[in-house]
Amino acid sequence: MQLNTLVAHEIIDLLKAGKTSAKDVYDSVIDQIKNNEKQIHAYASIFNNTEIEADASTPIPIAIKDNICITDKETTCSSKILEGFKPPYDATVIKKLRDSGSIFVGHANMDEFAFGSSTETSHYGPTRNPWNTDCVVGGSSGGSTAAVAADEAIWALGSDTGGSIRQPASFCGVVGLKPTYGRVSRYGLIAFASSLDQIGPITKNVTDSAMLLNIIAGHDENDSTSTKLPVPDYTKSLTGDVKGLKIGIPKEYFIEGLDDEVKAAVLESIEILKKRGAIFKEISLPHTEYAVATYYIVATAEASSNLARFDGVQYGLRCIPTKKRKTSIIDLYEETRNVGFGKEAKRRIMLGTYSLSSGYYDDYYLRGLKVRTLIKNDFDRAFKEFDAIITPTSPTTAFKIGERLENPISMYLSDVFTISANLSGIPAISVPCGFSKNNLPIGLQVMAKPFDEEMLFRISHTFEQNTDWHKRRAIK
Amino acid sequence: MISKENVKQVASLSRIHLKDEEIEFLAKDLEKILDYIKKLEKLDISSVEPTSHALPTKDVFREDVVKPSLSQKDALKITQNKEKGSFKVPKIIE
Repeated sequence: MQLNTLVAHEIIDLLKAGKTSAKDVYDSVIDQIKNNEKQIHAYASIFNNTEIEADASTPIPIAIKDNICITDKETTCSSKILEGFKPPYDATVIKKLRDSGSIFVGHANMDEFAFGSSTETSHYGPTRNPWNTDCVVGGSSGGSTAAVAADEAIWALGSDTGGSIRQPASFCGVVGLKPTYGRVSRYGLIAFASSLDQIGPITKNVTDSAMLLNIIAGHDENDSTSTKLPVPDYTKSLTGDVKGLKIGIPKEYFIEGLDDEVKAAVLESIEILKKRGAIFKEISLPHTEYAVATYYIVATAEASSNLARFDGVQYGLRCIPTKKRKTSIIDLYEETRNVGFGKEAKRRIMLGTYSLSSGYYDDYYLRGLKVRTLIKNDFDRAFKEFDAIITPTSPTTAFKIGERLENPISMYLSDVFTISANLSGIPAISVPCGFSKNNLPIGLQVMAKPFDEEMLFRISHTFEQNTDWHKRRAIK
Repeated sequence: MISKENVKQVASLSRIHLKDEEIEFLAKDLEKILDYIKKLEKLDISSVEPTSHALPTKDVFREDVVKPSLSQKDALKITQNKEKGSFKVPKIIE
């Protein structure tokens, strides 16, 4: 038995029964990394864990996205500008994981500052898809999803601003959850777009997703946007029962550009849930086609503001122009940011600055915020009648490395089905629901009303009980 | 139309010193993206309120109690450019 291929709840059972040790589990993950990391490149940095605590409650090896601060461990958002930055504090989710006995395997590779949908914009180079190394892993949490898919971690944390957990989960055949905005503290998550960002679990099955959310969810006084609503025990929603649940299928998600194989897999998944007693009805979310454009106004505007702090004064890189005789503080900012930021980061900072600048604010930023209202209203209306909404996670399976890098719009459109959940603040999960003829995973997305993660678990767990897509392993 | 001058101005607001070739491709890229974003102009938003946060968050207050926080020494551990307990930067006022 290869311990690293198991899910966390199986490992915990074995540990309780005294049939394995935390050290054996960790060693099996490290062995897998030794054998496969060269091809996959899931990690930006791998930590040295010499002491494995024997009697912790959840001593599970976990991969952490490279934008979540861990004390004294290099945390770079996979950007040159944060090279060498070792945070002097833990993110709240890290503190919670530490309390549960988690073992941090390393910082997982990501698109630079989470700007991307393929993990190709990382300063460390791309992560490769464990199912086919010519293909991208999706992004921006592609290192985290690849680590889990390649059994180089038992589970992982990612962050999701426009689909950055769900889309790569879909491309890698794993389970990825974006919790409701405010369900998980963002303290210590290096901010991209503060009104959209949310940390969430990436796991091999739905049970693990519920368990990991149990650990990380909850109010935090260091994040004033985190909710005081009580955290239920999410594993209690794994009932296997969907009888009588009303689920909407938005017609705007079954459009031109949706891959035939993806469409077929999603429709087949709906049949499986129908057989378990769920009731499906076509619905309309009329502003769906405006989501990507809205997102690229709102997210880049917030990013341009959040990334102003990377100026060479405090963290990471500091560059001084070589030609000038006298250096001003402005020279220091401008040179550091020119050398430190990659192409996509510059593109987004510039776009955000443009839409916030005087003369363009009303036409772009304010208009974006108003369309955001319309998109959110679509969902509010739908959830008055429906318990959940089911869609494909991404219109296609994983594309080839390099294929979309030079065409930003085509890259942005791979998030066309995931972005609305962030704009509306609602929770959404992606679960494996099939494979293409080329053996690439396909993801099914379930969305629910704010703070109803239990509904997501209930539906996706029932689905998983009646399929075995999640059991396939990328690396034999 | 996004001119090179536009790009230079936005780069200066963004505090990024761009190379000439970067100015050229960013002008083209931004043009394409802004053109795509134009689709929002089709919508009538005259009576729509803007949403900056999807879920209702009001001002959050807490008791004003002194608690331990990051020490100056720990905060300065992240830089080599320090002097007398401060971050050191080039001269700001001539």
